[in-house]
Amino acid sequence: MKLINYSAIYVMWMREMKRFLRSKSRIIGTLAIPMFFLLSLSFGIGPSVNLGGIAKGVRYLDFLVPGIIGMNMLFSSMFGGLSVLWDKEFGFLKEILVAPVRRSSIVLGRISGALTTTLIQGVLILIISFALGFKIVNAFSLVSAIIFMILICIGFIGAGIAFASILSDTQGFSLITQFIVFPIFLLSGALFPLANLPGWIKWLSMIDPLTYGIDGLRGSLIGISQFYPLLDFSVLLVFDFLMVFLGTWLFSKTEV
Amino acid sequence: MQAIEITKLTKNFKNTKAVDDISFSVVEGEIFGLLGPNGAGKTTIIKMLTTLLKPTSGEAKVWGNDVIRQRDEVRNCMGIVFQEPALDNNLTGYENLDFHTRLYGLKKELREKRITEVLDLVELQDKANVLVKNYSGGMQRRLEIARGLMHYPKVLFLDEPTLGLDTQTRRHIWEYILMLNRKEKTTIILTTHYMEEADYLCQRVAIIDFGKIIIQDTPKNLKDLLGGDVISIEVTQPEKAMISMKDMPWIKKISRHNDIIDLNVEQGETKIPLLVKIDQEQAGFSIKSISLRKPTLEDVFLNFTGKTIRESETNQNFGNKGMARRHHQG
Repeated sequence: MKLINYSAIYVMWMREMKRFLRSKSRIIGTLAIPMFFLLSLSFGIGPSVNLGGIAKGVRYLDFLVPGIIGMNMLFSSMFGGLSVLWDKEFGFLKEILVAPVRRSSIVLGRISGALTTTLIQGVLILIISFALGFKIVNAFSLVSAIIFMILICIGFIGAGIAFASILSDTQGFSLITQFIVFPIFLLSGALFPLANLPGWIKWLSMIDPLTYGIDGLRGSLIGISQFYPLLDFSVLLVFDFLMVFLGTWLFSKTEV
Repeated sequence: MQAIEITKLTKNFKNTKAVDDISFSVVEGEIFGLLGPNGAGKTTIIKMLTTLLKPTSGEAKVWGNDVIRQRDEVRNCMGIVFQEPALDNNLTGYENLDFHTRLYGLKKELREKRITEVLDLVELQDKANVLVKNYSGGMQRRLEIARGLMHYPKVLFLDEPTLGLDTQTRRHIWEYILMLNRKEKTTIILTTHYMEEADYLCQRVAIIDFGKIIIQDTPKNLKDLLGGDVISIEVTQPEKAMISMKDMPWIKKISRHNDIIDLNVEQGETKIPLLVKIDQEQAGFSIKSISLRKPTLEDVFLNFTGKTIRESETNQNFGNKGMARRHHQG
């Protein structure tokens, strides 16, 4: 049996694409939330925000866009990984599990599917942001921003698969959203600079992998970052390896 | 060659023994039936054989491959149609089949040919490009059966293949299963709680109740064990009727089930007049009805478990609420 089965990866990816393109409500839904955040925060409280720390003097919209993209990467990736739960609920997971394909290839296929749909969303948000007046440093920014988007996605898709593998049904979904996804989002500095946080919360945000993702995105897009880009890159890379490994390992133990 | 060999297979869930020390084997090319009420452990056996569940203890081999140590090899040589639907509702019928061919690594030129073949077989050609969520239950079932056959499995598992289907579709699927067994020499293991299904399709059956095999043999041998025909009489005072009948030399076996008394006899049609001759008034009972039938597997089940299959289902579901709930969700 092949260690990496390209046919299986492709078919898992293709399935995700078809499902994504077929559900119009899903495409609109995934763009609506980041849009609401972007519009209400940048126009609503933007004018009264006085950014501190490294972001001194930066327009709030410019500060916010990388954060909102990061937020979208987090939510979409986690839900993409957690979609294993729906396959479990509707029985389709059994069809996948009895196939003569290594679990690692199934996981890679799922990651590539969720990664593609999430990246499409990220790029769409970026385009809309340009329409709202968002400005980037230079064209190279886009390349490095997309690299950071990919790094954020892979890790959280892996985490989603890991969670989906240990939960038995979709009941656990809201639990994960409330106690894992939201804290990761709020502590990541997506909406505000971390400089003003009290010490212990700052420590929490330091162990939040999304912090490095958003810092990397900000560094790429508007040239302002808290850490060196190479540090952001390295932390995310380690996070990705750990999560993909964990996701594959837990998924391969799944029984239905 | 043995297509399947199971030795002392056991599966424990938290507080129940779902499968309890079961051993049997299935010969290559055979249609073998696992017969028993819902919750008896049939699906658990199938799940262990198809590598979806790990056995607690014991050993099982599919086409010579161990289900724990050689899971990939097992997966390669078998196909399965699950009891509960396992289709992607947001894909079309064609796409579901195409997904399967690619997952099983079928060559490009073989893929389309095979999809057309199986769609023809289950008569779903004209629905191929319809989303599965718009299929009826019977159509979904047929599509799943088609999918189970796509990669020419050596061993095919069918878990309650006709559950919830109308009589016509059921007949159709039966013929199809038989054809497949003859034409492609596929070894088939099916679970069912429909006695007539097992009787019609299977060369051998194992009757399972509470996770144990009660008896296994060909349907004919099992029915012959009961000896001849079954006369069922419905009476007013079953106790008294039993007493007056139990010494009759031509009755091989007498068993009572509520107000119904079953008599196992040879050449049943000649024995009905003898029954009517009993002085009912003196014995203190009266016959309400008499019926004669050739024994079915249902009678075999009743004979070996002392319950009808339906009663057994009620008991098991009461005794094991968790399983009952899982069935509802499924």
